[in-house]
Amino acid sequence: MSTAQPAPRVSPTSLTFQDLLFRLQAFWAERGCVIQQPYDVEVGAGTMCPETFLRVLGPKPYKVGYAQPSRRPADGRYGENPNRLFKHTQFQLILKPPPVNVQELYLESLEAMGIDLKHHDLKFEEDNWEWPAGGAWGVGWQVMLDGLEITQFTYFQQCGGQDLDPICAELTYGMERIAAFLQDVDSIYDIVWARDPETGAQVTYDDVRLAEELQFSVYNFEMADVARLWEHFNSYEAEAQALLEKVRTLLTDENASPKEKQRFPLLPTYELALKCSHLFNLLDARGAISVTERVGVIGRIRNLAVGVAKAWTAQQEAAASG
Amino acid sequence: MSDFLLEIGLEEVPARMIAGAEAELGKRVSDLLKRERLVAPEAKLTTYSTPRRLAVLAEGVLARQADAEKVVMGPSWKVAFKDGTPTAVAEAFAKKAGATVADLKKVETSRGEYVGASVKQTGRTASEILMAELPKEVLAVYWAKNMYWRAGKPERFVRPVRWVVALMDSNVVPVEIAGITAGNASRGHRVLHGDVPVVIDQARNYAKSLLDAAVVADVAERRQFIRKALDAATRTIPGARWREDEPLVETVVHLTEWPTVIVGDFEPEYLDLPEEVLVTVMRDHQKYFAMEDAEVKSDTASKLLPHFLAVLNTQTDEEGAAIIRHGNARVLRARFKDARFFWDFDQKTPLADRFESLKNVTFQKELGSYYWKTEQNLAVATALAAEARVGDAAFDEAALFKAVALARTDLTTELVKEFTELQGIIGGLYARAQGLGETVAKAIYDQYTPASIEDAIPSTVEGQLLGLADRVQTIVAMFGIGNAPTGSKDPFALRRAANAIVKILAESGLPLTLEDVIKASGVNDAGKTQVSDFFRERLQFYLKDVRGFTYDMVNAVLAVGADDVRDTIARAEALAAVRGSADFLAVSAAFKRIKNILRQAEEKGYQPSQPKLAQLALEAIDLWDRSKELAPQIANLREQRAYREALAQIATLRPTVDAFFDKVMVLDADETVRSSNLGLIEQVLKNFSTMADFSEIVTG
Repeated sequence: MSTAQPAPRVSPTSLTFQDLLFRLQAFWAERGCVIQQPYDVEVGAGTMCPETFLRVLGPKPYKVGYAQPSRRPADGRYGENPNRLFKHTQFQLILKPPPVNVQELYLESLEAMGIDLKHHDLKFEEDNWEWPAGGAWGVGWQVMLDGLEITQFTYFQQCGGQDLDPICAELTYGMERIAAFLQDVDSIYDIVWARDPETGAQVTYDDVRLAEELQFSVYNFEMADVARLWEHFNSYEAEAQALLEKVRTLLTDENASPKEKQRFPLLPTYELALKCSHLFNLLDARGAISVTERVGVIGRIRNLAVGVAKAWTAQQEAAASG
Repeated sequence: MSDFLLEIGLEEVPARMIAGAEAELGKRVSDLLKRERLVAPEAKLTTYSTPRRLAVLAEGVLARQADAEKVVMGPSWKVAFKDGTPTAVAEAFAKKAGATVADLKKVETSRGEYVGASVKQTGRTASEILMAELPKEVLAVYWAKNMYWRAGKPERFVRPVRWVVALMDSNVVPVEIAGITAGNASRGHRVLHGDVPVVIDQARNYAKSLLDAAVVADVAERRQFIRKALDAATRTIPGARWREDEPLVETVVHLTEWPTVIVGDFEPEYLDLPEEVLVTVMRDHQKYFAMEDAEVKSDTASKLLPHFLAVLNTQTDEEGAAIIRHGNARVLRARFKDARFFWDFDQKTPLADRFESLKNVTFQKELGSYYWKTEQNLAVATALAAEARVGDAAFDEAALFKAVALARTDLTTELVKEFTELQGIIGGLYARAQGLGETVAKAIYDQYTPASIEDAIPSTVEGQLLGLADRVQTIVAMFGIGNAPTGSKDPFALRRAANAIVKILAESGLPLTLEDVIKASGVNDAGKTQVSDFFRERLQFYLKDVRGFTYDMVNAVLAVGADDVRDTIARAEALAAVRGSADFLAVSAAFKRIKNILRQAEEKGYQPSQPKLAQLALEAIDLWDRSKELAPQIANLREQRAYREALAQIATLRPTVDAFFDKVMVLDADETVRSSNLGLIEQVLKNFSTMADFSEIVTG
């Protein structure tokens, strides 16, 4: 937060924001996970990235982790609220299928971030998750550390409207919360992001992200042009729908070769769906979605996401048989 | 005699589901053992649970079933034996049953004579039976929400099963449940015990072995442990007590295996926030117990202290306790800070300026927004207020309409978006803070009460009228789009809404009947019957299940009117008071007889006429006179709602009525006598059935 007061002193030995990310990534890399880079299209949650949304479909095992900046325009607070952000960082992990000791592995990952469980109180409290527009839901917990929710732990049951088999475990670590907790600061903006090992000079979350929080809040709440947002939405949707129609014909065409099916651009189609989802969030933050429209618009996004998921599964099957 | 132990090791089960599942598993195991004749008479069953396990210990289990004889039924005797000689059918049956033809005997059944064979059954061992039957029983336990976890999705359960312990004394019963073969290794507390298996050497040592691994498996023990720890922690704050909260105690009981308690503090400045907000944050969001000043008596407003109690699922040293206390306090502070931020932010847009934005909040997809809903509520409240005025109710009409108009505006506030469970309450608090007056504030604050049938009704007339208007509008509108409750389905909680209306009418002094309320809703003629029937059914529920009147009394009072709720209750109470009297029961029986006779007469086409005294027997004239004498008195008492006295008076009819039925044949062969008699009893019935239909009373 931009205040005249000096930031509270964070212990010079405590792990920085980026240290925590490095440690988590290293921990899961050592356990055989692919460490991906963040997806470069706006998403509201790590779940929406194709590395989760599409990889969890079908029978193929996969283990992946990535730190995903997640944008929720309506949550923006102009950088004035110490606990809320327009864009926060989720460390997202998918274990498909989940190993039997997945909970124990998770606890080890906390230890890897320097959390000594002997000195903390940890509880797994029921919390089920769903993303209606993605036809996705699961059961699981919010993991509470000394009364703070630090992770959403979900056993995915359905995604893209499809029953999953095998299911997967999804761990979503709220990185800003964990960092603020471990560095013992009351404001997210006081989190030390990086520290120069030679000079000890610190760069804070405020230094890195405040301007972004402020300016995006202004844009999202005040200046985004509603008519143009709708135009964008409609145009992305039209493009996605056109592709989905083509792919439906192609996948049911017995004369089409497996190669032809495999090269169909479903991943770009999914990106178009994500664009729509983000535009919906922007319109929502602008208060531009009326009651009557709301359900309908979510339904349109769902049609795209579920449509891609369905085609993706068929495409994967075609690839496996070809 | 043996002891059998079953433990299902799970990933953390939702706290709200554990108690039910523990009981169900216990019952399933117990029923299985009984069904299979595996329990000794002195057998004892104990169940255990923690978030990570459900367990059953059955002491006094037989190691094997006793051998038994069973008669297997075969073909009909006639087919099996021709003239006493066994046929091929008899031989085939004997062979199948494992007996000889000589062993076959004749069994008489309701369908005739059949062949039976006594077959000796060798008892199976308990282990054998448990191996075969237990998996089905365990997997049949009900869960509100299930999941798959194994590839191929062979079973669903609340959370993945991670280990199973099944022991007959010290011997493993290697039953396989959800792909896991049972052993004797349990697990202890995640952190305090770690990954080392906890070997259960003897079934009966289960709880003790777990105790050594930092797990209190017995729920009652854990509950007591937590209550004591809360008391002990409270004693460190002079003059404090923790706020009793049974549901919260149950929740933390089912969130812990090894509970301890810490006291935490927050800045006293947050006590400026409304208590409702502070307690909601502590209880619902953080599962902390609030602390209050022990000096303040429980019947006056309590005074919160800037401390809280957190129940941990671990035990730690000084250093750890300091870290945990600090961490919990930090989270609470952030939440309070948020709440204060929202409170201040919300004040920038007073409730009055939020009315328009209700257009963006859906009430019901097919009906409209809360803006629409509020407009409808205003119309209903206007009609109700007019009716209440006629009945001389005293209230501030301007305040009522303001409260109705603003009732739902808090849905657009940040604080309600954050704490949805506080809707209404926040609106009331804001109305007060924004100077809208205590009457408006109180009415808005109370709008969702009574939330349950045990809950109190709104304390002000304005609040009661708002509650009535809002709920009846919802009910009628929902019925209008085909959302009336059916069977066990009531997704919009319309029964609860109607119960609240009945309760408000019953317990307030409002001069309103159900008919008034339904009329005010503006329901059209087509929908009115359905709505009226629905309310009648709710009134019936209220009288029977809430007030505890027997069904026959309820039917008796409702038969003569189900419209004026308080009057109906008063009649039921009077009826309950005289119910025990022999005279009253005799009169009731007589009324039942009168009704039967009138029905028979109608079936036969006999018409009652104005009684002609000259045609009547002496006893009939007596009844006629007595009835004429009593009728105005009864009418008068009814008018004054002196129902108890009225009923006592009616009971005095007994000797006259008894004499009448002793001597008089009502359906006399002579038509003039008969029609006079019928006219007489019809008149009697009419005169005295104004408070209840006594013929409904069970007199046997």
